[in-house]
Amino acid sequence: MSETKVNQFLKTPVKVVNIGLEGFAKELEQQGVTVVQVDWAPPAGGDPKLADLLSKLGT
Amino acid sequence: MKQIEDANQEALRRMLAADPVLVDVLPAAQVIPELTDRMILHAGPPIDWERMCGPMQGAVMGIAVFEGWAPDLETAANMAAEGAFEFHPNHHFDAVGPMTGMTTLSQPVMIVENRTFGNRAYCTINEGLGKVMRFGGNDDEVLKRLAWLRDVLGPAMGKALGAGDGLPLKSLVARGLSMGDEMHQRNVACSGLTLRGLSPAMAETANDTHDLAEALAFVAGNDQFFLNIAMAMGKAIMDPVRGIEGSSLVTAMSRNGTDFGIRVSGTGDTWFTAPVEMPEGLYFPGFTEKDANPDMGDSTIVETIGLGGFAMGAAPAVAGFVGAGAASGAANFTRTMGEITVGENPEWTIPALDYLGVPTGIDIRLVVETGLAPSINTGIAHKEPGVGQVGAGVVRAPMGCFRQALETFAESVGVS
Repeated sequence: MSETKVNQFLKTPVKVVNIGLEGFAKELEQQGVTVVQVDWAPPAGGDPKLADLLSKLGT
Repeated sequence: MKQIEDANQEALRRMLAADPVLVDVLPAAQVIPELTDRMILHAGPPIDWERMCGPMQGAVMGIAVFEGWAPDLETAANMAAEGAFEFHPNHHFDAVGPMTGMTTLSQPVMIVENRTFGNRAYCTINEGLGKVMRFGGNDDEVLKRLAWLRDVLGPAMGKALGAGDGLPLKSLVARGLSMGDEMHQRNVACSGLTLRGLSPAMAETANDTHDLAEALAFVAGNDQFFLNIAMAMGKAIMDPVRGIEGSSLVTAMSRNGTDFGIRVSGTGDTWFTAPVEMPEGLYFPGFTEKDANPDMGDSTIVETIGLGGFAMGAAPAVAGFVGAGAASGAANFTRTMGEITVGENPEWTIPALDYLGVPTGIDIRLVVETGLAPSINTGIAHKEPGVGQVGAGVVRAPMGCFRQALETFAESVGVS
């Protein structure tokens, strides 16, 4: 991104897509920033054994 | 894996092809020949007397007196503790039962036939709300009502159904969904439609107008009358889906008040169990969550076929009744359950969601991957024997069942 484009970008209102911890989205919302919160969690709640099985079984 | 996708498509095909019809009402012993004296079928996966929760023990005591096996409740409890009764899950005998789910030989059961596959499933008649045996009630009032169901309503329904070709349920449920029912905690429309369907033949075949009037008034006054029919329908739909090699779809979800159990098509009739959760909901005046018994009943067969909590979007009124938040949020329950199912039912649609079909075919892989457990609308029983229903709420199936099932299922298809 050229410096001109960066400057233009920073002059426009910020729109945020937040993935994961909802606290970041809430902080920005309190500052009047438009935020879309993506409800995401690691597969199988982060259990590596089950996540490995799921990757082999496919979904 | 293609093997799994193909197997799941076959499982879904069988679910959607089902043609459930309410065909008869007969004494349980007549349709379940294995059901013998002093044998009690209960809700949920297998459990013995010592591990049964309060309302389940209360119901066992009551049904033992009802069947004439014990002279009073105290003697019945002692007999149960000494092993005088044989306990088995309803699910092992083509049956289901709400809450405590007592099924014994003399009780009338409603018979739903799946005409596509020829199998039949059974469920006792709904007793109404409040102090009833399914919620652990066991006093004279409860037993007297059971006797009336056995002697008057059951035979009257059986005669009426026998006079015709049965009551087709698929179309009836479709209409119920468009009238605001989800078939677990709201059955107002389907109960009314059932009464409309049965009452002409009940009048035609009645011997006694007083008995007929009482029977019609009982059905008309019970907004949950259809629940037990929906349950037998669910069992009749899901039984032909059992035992499809390589299928990761859930064929039964059930709880006995102590354990929650699921069965998965590709792993046969094995139960995968975990401790039941406590429903979150609203309580009748005078009761709080301190009075509540954990989740219980075979009624989760309704969610297994895409109704109940899965069809919450059809029944915004029930969201308030079960304490699930604003009516406008009801659709979120249905959409979320769409993330753990492999299809939609094109014949059971929700008008308010632009005729979205109810989410159908719970895939254990999707449940474990997303961490989204099936959402269930349920009644809440008092934790002590003999009190009855104290509220209604929403509860999640415990994830432990699905994690265990996934590991066993993976082995069954050669994945480790």
